[in-house]
Amino acid sequence: MVFGTSASTQRKFRALIADDDPVIQKIHKVLLNKLGFETQVVVNGKEAVDLFRSGAFFNLVLMDMEMPIMDGPQATRELRAMGVKTMIVGVTSRALESEKQAFMGAGLDDCHVKPLSAEIITSLLKKLGKNK
Amino acid sequence: MDRNNLQRQVAYTRRSLFDQGYLDDQFIQLEDLQDDANPNFVEEIVTLFYSDSSRLIHSIEQALENRPLDFGRLDNYMHQFKGSCSSIGAKKVKSECTQFREYCNAENAEGCTRTFQQVKQELAILRRKLEAYFQLARQAGGAQAG
Repeated sequence: MVFGTSASTQRKFRALIADDDPVIQKIHKVLLNKLGFETQVVVNGKEAVDLFRSGAFFNLVLMDMEMPIMDGPQATRELRAMGVKTMIVGVTSRALESEKQAFMGAGLDDCHVKPLSAEIITSLLKKLGKNK
Repeated sequence: MDRNNLQRQVAYTRRSLFDQGYLDDQFIQLEDLQDDANPNFVEEIVTLFYSDSSRLIHSIEQALENRPLDFGRLDNYMHQFKGSCSSIGAKKVKSECTQFREYCNAENAEGCTRTFQQVKQELAILRRKLEAYFQLARQAGGAQAG
């Protein structure tokens, strides 16, 4: 089985990277591409929300906590209010459990300290595969 | 210098960056992402880091010139910069960032100013060491077999 592909349709999983840090953008993009995802990058929460509002579909969103214009928690709340069921995983450099829990409360499916590792992305892939 | 010697020197230089505390395991995570599709990934990430970090360093420098100091703003900038350092495994720089943030929390202006100089110094040292390492790695990759 090739990670990142849907066995029934052979289409790749699509991931949206919402992060204003160009280093994190590149790390996550290459990591996800290696694991079979198609990726798109936006630099703030508003761009993420606008993409979904325009009808774009993603299997996974990596949502940075702190971004200009619209931050991760606000973008997550708006996406959930729109009825978006996509797996949204928060990424943050804030390691305090209380800060992560506050971000989770916005509607995340999971939250991790960035940058994500291959092991974490692989575990997310397995969850995505089970949800198909 | 033949290829074998160059490769030994590359390995030794790389090992010393970890042994002397300049880099941590996150750098290895970056190396694991380098492959034929992304043959210069690590060097590209480091270049991107230094390009992006100059913006945050400049913001901190400007904020340190204000009186009274806005410790909240300084801490926020340094938090962002520390996160960026974590992304490439810049261990010593990250340690200085942590110290800076402690001085911010204590509202110690002199400590912030002094530690910021340490941050910039460690950043410059790491840059020189990584540039030398990448140059050596390129030479080893391009050298003819002995």
